[in-house]
Amino acid sequence: MTMICVKNLTKKYGNFTAVDDISFDVKKGEIFGFLGPNGAGKTSTINMMIGLLKPNSGKITINEIDVIKQAKKAQEIMGIVADESNLYNEMDGFANLCFCGALYGMGKKERESKARELLKLFRLQDAGNRPFKAYSKGMKRKLTIAAALIHSPEMLFLDEPTTGIDVESSRQIRELILQLKNQGTTIFITTHYIEEAERLCDRIAFIVQGKIVASGTVFQLMNNVSHSHNINLITNKDVQDYTTALQKRFKEITVTVKKPDELVIKTAKRIPLLPILKFLHEKDIEVYEAKEIHPSLEDVFVKLTGIETSVLQKEKGGF
Amino acid sequence: MKSLIAFYNILKKDITNYYLKPPNISWGIIFPLSWTMMQLLRSVDSSILELLPGLISTSVLFGTTSMLAVTITFERSGRSFERLLLAPISLNTLMLAKITGTILFGMFNAFVPIIFAGFFINLSDINWIIVILAVFLIAVTSSLMGLLIAVSAQQVFEAQTISNFFRFPMLFLCGLFIPISSLPVFLKPLSYCLPLTYGADILKGAITSNNSFSYTLCFVMLLIFTVGLFTVSKYAIEKKQNQ
Ligand SMILES: Nc1ncnc2c1ncn2[C@@H]1O[C@H](COP(=O)(O)OP(=O)(O)O)[C@@H](O)[C@H]1O
Ligand SMILES: [Mg+2]
Repeated sequence: MTMICVKNLTKKYGNFTAVDDISFDVKKGEIFGFLGPNGAGKTSTINMMIGLLKPNSGKITINEIDVIKQAKKAQEIMGIVADESNLYNEMDGFANLCFCGALYGMGKKERESKARELLKLFRLQDAGNRPFKAYSKGMKRKLTIAAALIHSPEMLFLDEPTTGIDVESSRQIRELILQLKNQGTTIFITTHYIEEAERLCDRIAFIVQGKIVASGTVFQLMNNVSHSHNINLITNKDVQDYTTALQKRFKEITVTVKKPDELVIKTAKRIPLLPILKFLHEKDIEVYEAKEIHPSLEDVFVKLTGIETSVLQKEKGGF
Repeated sequence: MKSLIAFYNILKKDITNYYLKPPNISWGIIFPLSWTMMQLLRSVDSSILELLPGLISTSVLFGTTSMLAVTITFERSGRSFERLLLAPISLNTLMLAKITGTILFGMFNAFVPIIFAGFFINLSDINWIIVILAVFLIAVTSSLMGLLIAVSAQQVFEAQTISNFFRFPMLFLCGLFIPISSLPVFLKPLSYCLPLTYGADILKGAITSNNSFSYTLCFVMLLIFTVGLFTVSKYAIEKKQNQ
């Protein structure tokens, strides 16, 4: 089942193309992530998907509702968390949540009980009657997410939910996102943290300069990139003198010495290990540990986008 | 029903967050009051009654346009305004909710000089129904002008500056302080293009029976301005989304 279908979406600001003819689908119940550096076009895309920004061309449907033509109808099932915590400074946490419930037409009793439930879920009970402006950054972020959930949306949009906030709040937010997915909510998230994307998302799209460079599950993305298989072997003694013999016996591998008692075996395809272990055993060398080293998503990202991860980590307006 | 809940809560939030806040309440009373005193002291020869239409119009015009500069421009710069645009309510409902608070505030402003005048003179000859209707329509048209300015400006300061650029010329062109007949010929058409001209004329008629146009013409003109300004404001908000 498809929740979101985006086709040939383009957004231009003047002559500058911020989102360049992108297409993708999001399945019901999955977490779909947009991973890309600042200025890649993540916010522009999300703003078009929620009906805040008009695209120059392309189609967006959410739950089969055309967002461009029937934005209001589509917005009923959306929960939206903007890239900034944008609640009302003068109002306390509880009043903020209740107000957001009212915007979706919820009755007084219903929105008040849901607001209390959410304050508890986000561990903000004690802050419920403090004004929003007195909240820390992490608390503001949490309340902003809570506000997006007040009307129990089927589809949640999160624009960089953990950027610039404390580690503990980030952890809580990620936990809650997974909890929501388990309850059946479909989630679209943007981030510039590789680890966050890897931990949360069922599928990820790499976005760079307005284009989707690659997309798929973490597994698919890894396999997308041709990479060698590396196996790390830890032995009981110095093996440096035997590497040449090993290399000669097994033509398909490349052997490198990492430490005197640690070897890395590189192969184009996966190979059985037993012959190698046997060969070493005959030379009186015992292997204690053999471990395949997988490339990280970070390696894949760098390879596919040509962007160094240091660039990715740069915060907006940062150094 | 859902729209009604949203409408009522947006209005309630604006009233409690902005209109009932001490600085705005006192602005709403002090500004019309000091304007009233200034006019009374300056023109000893004219009667309070003759000044009343001008005082009422000025109070409404300034009250409404100032407040929208705050309630909309402020929320736009803090980006909470996006929440309202993203709620599943029509743009019409949202705009109505936003200006209703301002209209009520403007009408409250209008009664400051009236109550003040009531201490000194007999107001029983005034046609109150007409006055209230006129005050309402002046508040509506001024609020819509304020809305248009507020959605176009980026910051509160900018909105206030643009407002002043319109408010002061408007006061002097609307026939309240200088009769339209004695304005230079090239300015006269401008006067006829201002909603305040018609609102002020109704007030003059209802308070001192000294109007230049018929009530019907004035009310029709004000309604046309209301529909026109509403449409233009709506277009301006929609256009912002295309950038
Ligand atoms: N309103 C705008 N006017 C002009 N350029 C914009 C506007 N909004 C965004 N951009 C530009 O479009 C590009 C994509 O921005 P954005 O979608 O915010 O990226 P991201 O969220 O991935 O950081 C950036 O280069 C940004 O400077
Ligand atoms: Mg962004």
